[in-house]
Parts: sequence; C-alpha cells; structure tokens
Amino acid sequence: MKLGLLSQLQSRIAAKAPCALVTDTTTGAQTIVGGGEVVGELSLSADALAEINRLISANQSNMIDASTLFVRVYSPLPRMVIVGAVHIAQSLVPMAQLAGFEAIVIDPRSAFLTASKLAGATAIEEWPDDGMKKVQPDSRTAVVTLTHDPKLDDPALLAALRSPAFYIGALGSRKTHEKRLQRLRDEGSTDADLTRIRGPVGLNINAISPAEIAVSIVAQVIEALRAGAK
Amino acid sequence: MSDTQALDHITAWRASGHKAALATVVQTWGSSPRPAGSHMAINDTGEFIGSVSGGCIEGAVINAAREVMASGKSQILEFGVTNEMAWDVGLACGGKVRVFVDAVE
Repeated sequence: MKLGLLSQLQSRIAAKAPCALVTDTTTGAQTIVGGGEVVGELSLSADALAEINRLISANQSNMIDASTLFVRVYSPLPRMVIVGAVHIAQSLVPMAQLAGFEAIVIDPRSAFLTASKLAGATAIEEWPDDGMKKVQPDSRTAVVTLTHDPKLDDPALLAALRSPAFYIGALGSRKTHEKRLQRLRDEGSTDADLTRIRGPVGLNINAISPAEIAVSIVAQVIEALRAGAK
Repeated sequence: MSDTQALDHITAWRASGHKAALATVVQTWGSSPRPAGSHMAINDTGEFIGSVSGGCIEGAVINAAREVMASGKSQILEFGVTNEMAWDVGLACGGKVRVFVDAVE
C-alpha cells in the first residue's frame, strides 16, 4: 500500500465520509472509492464500481469479481447518545467506546459534563431538545436517557421517537417508566412509538452499581445493533 | 482497539522511520473469529496491533509480514483445518480464513 493512499483513506475516515479501499489481491494495486470519487492506480469496471457502491451503502466488506478484488468498507462508527452526564454515564462512556461506538453526552449542566469530556466523549452542553437537533439520530444511533428527570428525559425521548434511531432506552424503575409512558402519550406518542422505548433500560442482569448498569445497557444496545445482521 | 487505530499506528511507525505492513482478513469460511476487513498492523521490530483471528494465526502472519516488508511484495495467506499447517498454525474453531499482507511504503 502506498503511504499517500493510506493518508487519503485516513482523512476520509476522520471526516466520517463512508468509503471503500479496493485491493487487487493478486497484484496489490489499490484504489479508494467514495463520495463520487475514485482515487488510485487500480482501474475498475463500471460493474465493479456499482457493486462497490452497493457494499458501501450496506457497510459490508467483501470479495468481488470472482474473488480477486477485496472491498474494505469504512463507515462512521455507530453512535451512542447519552442524555444526562450522571454517574452511570461515567461508566457508560468508556464502555460504549470500547464496544466501538462514538459516545455523545448531552447535558445542560456544564459541571456534570467534565467527566464525559475527560473520557473523550463529544459533550453537548444544551437542553436535550436542542442537543438532539445537533445530533440528528440516524439508523445507526442509539439514544439512552439517564437523568430520570422528566424535563430532561422526555424531550430527548420525543426527539428520539421522531428519528430512525435503532435503540431507545430510558433509565428508571418500572413505576417511573409507567408514569413516563403516560406523559409521552399525553404528548401525542402512540403505543407503537412507545414500544420502541426500552424501560427499565438494559438487559436484566440484576445490575446494581453504575458500572454494572452500564454493562447491561451496552449489552442491550449491541443486541439491538446486531439483530439486523443475523 | 479498532481497525482504524491499526491504520493510525502504521502512519506513526512510518513517520518514525520504521517499516510497516498491514494484514487484512479478506475472506472467511465457517466459524472464523474475526470478520472480513479486520486489520492487524505490524512493524519491523515485530510489534503489532489489532488482530486477524482469536490469536491462533497471528504469529504466522507476523512472520509473513517480515518477508513482505523485506521484499515489498504482497502475499495472500490461507489458514484453516484443511491447511497442511493445521498442526502448527490452524484455527482451533474449525474455520478458514484468507489474509492479505501488504507493505506500506
């Protein structure tokens, strides 16, 4: 691989621009495909390009062209949006990052955000409705609310329900969750909407400590993310 | 340790005057531990980061990477229970994997 091509690949990855590195495994010749551009010494047929673009959309790395060309697709990391920079968030941020997520923490209380910033999360110091507008959750985004304060959690959940987020979870006991669902119904959410919210959040592993709860949340988010791949 | 961090290590090694190679899983059959696209970066001191299996074949890939760094010529390696090297470096899981190793220069 040419060092120059590697640095082009890295700048695309850093810019979160989906792309593919295509390698002829017999000659080692390589080309980057992405964003309508084709850069490199390996020339590709129109058929191959169409197949490569399909793999980029599907975020799938694979051999093509009778197993001579390897297409390595680089997509932005899935995101975990955490609303509430509370104690559990301090465990959830590094665990989410280890599991391959970009961690984003929304909290209007700047003092609470210090630990999230230290852990390398993207910290958004905004009220959740404004924060969620900045984040724009997509189908590779999980949203987890942790404040159990209705004025912070509810707007975030309503925004998440309007988005194609693949996972929505809300911290709180069964009782808290029942009350929450009633409030969201009053705001116009349908029963179909509300079944998207996992509450109490996380897999039931009898978690008690903040770190244990974070494990159960990360596990449930992974379960939801990979369910589509089965 | 993400696959893109392996790429970052290659850049850092090259910048500090080391040779470097990138190994990538390009094809898998059966229950192989790491999916296609998994990266392992190797430098000329034998230091490596990332993985192409559950630890079963990394040693052999590092040896191949040394050759690739010396010759500048890429290699395709295949590992699996059907391989004659199964007694030395095979996949205990019974899977099969093909790995592309290339020097970064």
